[in-house]
Amino acid sequence: MTTVANRLPREFRPSRVHTGFDVEKVRRDFPILAQRVRGKKLVYLDNAATSQKPQVVIDAISRYYEEGNANIHRGVHYLSEHATEEHEAARKTVQNFVNAAQAHEIIFVRGATEGINLVAQTYGRAHVNAGDEVLITAMEHHSNIVPWQILGEEKGARLRVAPINDRGELLLDEFEKLLNPRTRMVGVTHVSNALGTVNPISRIVQLAHGHNIPVLVDGAQAVPHTQVDVQALDVDFYVFSGHKVYAPTGIGVLYGKTALLEAMPPYQGGGDMISSVTFEKTSYNKLPYKFEAGTPHVAGAIGLGTAIEYLNGLGIANMAAFEHEVLEYATEAISAVPGIRLIGTAAQKAGVLSFVLEGIHPHDVGTILDQEGIAIRTGHHCAQPLMQRFGIPATARASFALYNTKEEADALVAGIQKVREVFA
Amino acid sequence: MSDLRELYQDVILEHSKAPRNYRELPLANHKAEGYNPLCGDHFTLYVDLDGDRVRDISFQGSGCAISKASASMLTQMVKGKTKAEAQELFDKFLQLVKGEGNGNQAELGKLAVFSGVCEFPVRVKCATLVWHTLQAALEGKQQAVSTE
Repeated sequence: MTTVANRLPREFRPSRVHTGFDVEKVRRDFPILAQRVRGKKLVYLDNAATSQKPQVVIDAISRYYEEGNANIHRGVHYLSEHATEEHEAARKTVQNFVNAAQAHEIIFVRGATEGINLVAQTYGRAHVNAGDEVLITAMEHHSNIVPWQILGEEKGARLRVAPINDRGELLLDEFEKLLNPRTRMVGVTHVSNALGTVNPISRIVQLAHGHNIPVLVDGAQAVPHTQVDVQALDVDFYVFSGHKVYAPTGIGVLYGKTALLEAMPPYQGGGDMISSVTFEKTSYNKLPYKFEAGTPHVAGAIGLGTAIEYLNGLGIANMAAFEHEVLEYATEAISAVPGIRLIGTAAQKAGVLSFVLEGIHPHDVGTILDQEGIAIRTGHHCAQPLMQRFGIPATARASFALYNTKEEADALVAGIQKVREVFA
Repeated sequence: MSDLRELYQDVILEHSKAPRNYRELPLANHKAEGYNPLCGDHFTLYVDLDGDRVRDISFQGSGCAISKASASMLTQMVKGKTKAEAQELFDKFLQLVKGEGNGNQAELGKLAVFSGVCEFPVRVKCATLVWHTLQAALEGKQQAVSTE
């Protein structure tokens, strides 16, 4: 008997009702949403690709460049000191956001992709050898597949893939069977970008830790929709991208447990990551700087900190409950369209509605919706093996954020009806 | 909506639903694959060349309405033409879908229905995928054509 997680992981369990979440007020915080595209009201449903930015984040970035720009850590002057403080305050904000035990466990990177590559190239290169295995799942984004393949090719290690069922849920029994004495690392997505499936991270971590295997979680699609507690989940590494959580592109986070990070060799060499350099020998800086070579994306970090404060102000539980309600509504509405097939019907989902329309290619769906001002994504969503699993070349994906409304879900359904009319 | 009707003209929709020459060609002496990683379009083009002339041509695969209709109509248009004539047609077709050229669509015949594509720059790849594939087939290239 194959079991799947049929209870929503605690962190995703929405409170019964959202209280006082005023979506129209929230929408006014995002200037881009007010515009019309192709003569129609913009309906932005491509949030799993990137989210829009609230005015406070845009202002924080502008203010930094207008009033605060300086290089950090080494300057003795006022601006440098102040910029350093702001940068480190952002780290502290991220620490509290994911409930990391220490601020130095928050490493700023460019995004989730760089976070995974960092772990593969440091922890992975130090611990994965010929004949070893890295275990991932069938629903991973290319960013949680390819870095392990690169490592595997270098080391002669093998990538193992835990299968999913037709609803897009991880088969935990099969996952457990694949854990073995050669497994050196588990890489798993918290929420699937193509299906919306929420994975039972606590259980996965429990199983892996039972074999002393560390777990890296790709949280790129989870962090925008839920409160993440890295200590409660007991994950060893957790990565996410700022731009999917209302912050700018080019900034992201790698969380790692102190003991693991300290034992890891550095990733890139350069300024800031050293404590002293001679031509004979270099000693590396302490955490987190050991992994932050070069001048960092200061404005990005400040933007990320501001975005998180914005979410905290709205109340993340409140936001999650509202989003859950909209997704349920949209799922029901879209399911009523004749000829539609939802790809990803897991019991526990967040943010994503992936679908195909009988006899109509997703790319055509995307073009026609675009003419209605509705922005969705079509294609393989950087998850080609997953598309192969479902026997389809691509899907159309509508992905929701905190500012999306039931009216927009209705607009999506009306748009899909229009697609059907064009192809009737 | 008017742009949309320009793009999805009835002829295009009809070809995408019932593509012509949609089969394998056992006698093909040239063959090439075309792939659009962005949307997953994937076609195989079979060409039976008699000297310099396309004696028969067919295709198989899957893709969006634009790419499939383009493939279907290509097979109709190119059959019986020489390699040079096919290339000339491709050049003119490319101008049409990119919105370049002199607007003289007479030489393009029924391919003129693709004129709406130029209003949709991201769809140019869809319309031209199979034409690039044809080029590869005629040149005897081994590697699959990719739009990326």
